[in-house]
Amino acid sequence: MSLKTEESSAERRSAYSDTENVIIRFAGDSGDGMQITGSMFTQNAALVGNDISTLPDFPAEIRAPAGTLPGVSGFQLNFSSRDIKTPGDAPEVLVAMNPAALKVNLCDLIPGGMIVLNSDMFGGNNLKKAGYTTDPRETGELSGFQVISVPISNLTLQAVKPTGIGQKDAARCKNMFALGLMFWVYDRPLDPTIRVIQQKFGKKPEIAEANRLALQAGYNYADTVEIVPNQIRVSKCVLPKGVYRMITGNEATAIGFIAASKLAGRPLFYGSYPITPASDILHELSRHKSFGVVTFQAEDEIAAIGSVIGASFGGALGLTGTSGPGIALKSEAIGLAVMLELPIVIINVQRGGPSTGLPTKTEQADLLQAVCGRNGECPVCVIAPSTPSDCFHMAIEAFRIAVRHMVPVIFLSDGYLANGAEPWLMPRSEDLPRIPVKFHTDKATFQPYARDPETLARMWAIPGTPGLEHRIGGLEKEDITGNVSYDPENHEKMVRIRAEKVDRIANDIPPVEVMGDPEGGDVLVIGWGSTYGAIDQAVGRVRRRGGKVSSIHLKYLNPFPSNLGEVLQRFEKILVPEMNMGQLAMLLRARYLVDAIGLNKIQGQPFKIKEIERKIEEVL
Amino acid sequence: MNGDPISTNEPGAAAAVLPATTPMTKADFTSDQIVRWCPGCGDYSILAQMQKVMPNICARHNIPRENVVFMSGIGCSSRFPYYMNTYGFHGIHGRAPTFATGLKAVRPELQVWVVTGDGDGLSIGGNHLLHALRRNVDLKILLFNNRIYGLTKGQYSPTSEIGKKTKSSPIGTVEMPINPICIALAAEATFVARTIDTDTKHLQEILERAADHKGSVFVEIFQNCNIFNDGAFESFAAKPVREEKTVILEHGKPVVFGKDRKKGIRLVGWKPEVVDLSVASDTTGLLVHDEKAESGTLAYLLAHLMEPEFPVPLGVFRAIERPTYEGLLTQQVKEAVGKPGAGNLDSLIRAGDTWTVD
Repeated sequence: MSLKTEESSAERRSAYSDTENVIIRFAGDSGDGMQITGSMFTQNAALVGNDISTLPDFPAEIRAPAGTLPGVSGFQLNFSSRDIKTPGDAPEVLVAMNPAALKVNLCDLIPGGMIVLNSDMFGGNNLKKAGYTTDPRETGELSGFQVISVPISNLTLQAVKPTGIGQKDAARCKNMFALGLMFWVYDRPLDPTIRVIQQKFGKKPEIAEANRLALQAGYNYADTVEIVPNQIRVSKCVLPKGVYRMITGNEATAIGFIAASKLAGRPLFYGSYPITPASDILHELSRHKSFGVVTFQAEDEIAAIGSVIGASFGGALGLTGTSGPGIALKSEAIGLAVMLELPIVIINVQRGGPSTGLPTKTEQADLLQAVCGRNGECPVCVIAPSTPSDCFHMAIEAFRIAVRHMVPVIFLSDGYLANGAEPWLMPRSEDLPRIPVKFHTDKATFQPYARDPETLARMWAIPGTPGLEHRIGGLEKEDITGNVSYDPENHEKMVRIRAEKVDRIANDIPPVEVMGDPEGGDVLVIGWGSTYGAIDQAVGRVRRRGGKVSSIHLKYLNPFPSNLGEVLQRFEKILVPEMNMGQLAMLLRARYLVDAIGLNKIQGQPFKIKEIERKIEEVL
Repeated sequence: MNGDPISTNEPGAAAAVLPATTPMTKADFTSDQIVRWCPGCGDYSILAQMQKVMPNICARHNIPRENVVFMSGIGCSSRFPYYMNTYGFHGIHGRAPTFATGLKAVRPELQVWVVTGDGDGLSIGGNHLLHALRRNVDLKILLFNNRIYGLTKGQYSPTSEIGKKTKSSPIGTVEMPINPICIALAAEATFVARTIDTDTKHLQEILERAADHKGSVFVEIFQNCNIFNDGAFESFAAKPVREEKTVILEHGKPVVFGKDRKKGIRLVGWKPEVVDLSVASDTTGLLVHDEKAESGTLAYLLAHLMEPEFPVPLGVFRAIERPTYEGLLTQQVKEAVGKPGAGNLDSLIRAGDTWTVD
């Protein structure tokens, strides 16, 4: 940033107002670059040292008709001087680039919140497209808010004029102008973001320059007209010492699996078919061939998992990733992997269903499918990361379990984790756990389905090993020899062995930890997956008011941690918030005969803290 | 080491460079499993020829037996891997090319055969077949075509002739059959051939050539199902008529057939016609087969020669060279792995903007 600007503002104002955290939502047309704007603010806030959590929310259509309600794309971020864990329940600032963005998001804004809007877009046709008959600025419906009207489009065009770029490119810089406005309001340094702009548009210097000019112009405009009486500061958050970066769940998932490959000393093979919101993992992994990663964009979902099973048969770490309908298509092949007893990992970045459902929205409604959804008695191990950065560690965990126990493992992420971002205290590679891989080579002791007495894992004997030529397949196997067998007793035996093998994984995972009162209390809130942040914050709030509530967060869903049943007994009531109709609650009821109470939200949106807080109060 | 998809610690990678100590025989490729096809099934002949040619193939290519893998889907033909004493993988219906593609992508040194049928390969697995072929994955795909569903006990298949009466089409099918050779050519397979279970010598020759080809191989093998579709190929393959009703394609040679090779195929415009050479006695203008032609047009035209008007072509329709999928894939990875600083996990974790909290 220009030092001069900061000095001149400082001269005029002796005091800034300080606040603990701010929740901003950027909203505009899906072509307005709101995701980029939000990401850039996020990155900037991270570098300043705030804790951050973000929630992008965009339509499934790449570009719905401009200016319409379905075309609105939003990005909410919460930046704070304390530990936050969620993107915040309701924004206090709404940046609305057009009337449709205002209309869609106004209902979420807190009373008295700030609205920054692009007044150039509040003309006849755009109002009409958003369903306004009159200008909402004139009807009084915004009277409860602090409205800041800025002719963002025109000011942007003027600002970027010196670069001589075309009208269309010039107009596209308006998101940077809006970002500049907000940077002034929250007293943010421009330099880190200018660096990002230059990296992003490195090959087009005139576009980079135009974006920089727009950003600077927005900042200067806000400063000149003092769009708010006092600039607002959010100081650094006291985080544990170390080196941090911003990371989304999908990024953490991708690099976590690369780390697993390094830690196992085996190449990673990723077979996948593009699908929202899992495609970013394919994009990220295909960029990292220098780690020996082989990526295969398959012809369909079935081919993707088929190739992964083939790669695992060959001794690689076979990984596939998908979402929604894709996981349904993979069911038969997951069954094959169970029968073959080969280690593979299946990432499911859950989205709203059924069928095509809500491709860009989050949900947790594939849990029962993951645990039970295949033909026959077909148990698989199911694990779920709890935060974006936790995806990294759980990815390593997925292959550790898969390889040690010779089982397929389902990794249940979701759209909220996938696209949400948070600061990540980066681990050092030497602190990460090794994943021992041993191929069987000894002919004398080899039987295709002989087992490790502790884990019941069979031997991994890969093609190319002399003397171990053998055949495996999806037909029922005879115990030990692996020959095809239709024997009734053998079938029951094998079904029980495959179940026991998954059950024994419980001996190899950490016990569940109670956050709150380990000795017990009135209410135990049980969550899994991406609800972690909202549950943790809600429980914290109620506890501060004296409520006897504790929580546990399950990262292992099949098998459950071995102490879970015993922990449940210590609490009067069990509350299970889930973004589904009560799937974990059903499993807990079936397994432990507890009267689990559900809190269910199926709106494609994550829980708000207050929704869980309210329910805890009700149950207490 | 995990930077390289062809890892050096794999047993097969080391063994691949060592010549086999003693010459192998058919018995070395025969597994201890009881073969469970119906007595009289054409599959027996294919299995026997395969077991017979494998020792030569392994010797010629210096491949140890442990580097040979047979993979399949579901169906009668797909039981094949159980009977070969190699590594074997019996998968799920139609998906064999997908398992094989994944395996080749990480273990390019293995020789991978895929055994499929007309239902497995052209119906439920049609998509995978197309994509394996167009990618030119180095797989030897053998499609046993018996024009019927055998394992499910006698329904029509995608290659059953129109009007065929079966359990699921009691008054005859109303579906146009697929021509497997045309499908393979359309997918730009680099090796496309056809043979028949009863001509053991020709079958062996084609299997040997399939093994020698680098890239996607597609071999259609006419295979008699004596239970549900007996005699499906008798009209042209029966001994007494075979010479007159089939033509063996030979690269660089005129397309001639019949007793004493007295008949040939000639093109009039784009239209083929049969010429009686005993009358014309002049071979000019006869179609000369070129399996290496850059374009697949001639092969496609030959694939459309059908009885009763024309002899049924057997042999190699097309054999061209193109880089293999796994070769190109491995190359990209090798180049990336070879770059300075490649594979550093800490720099991957610490990518982008970072900040320090003291």
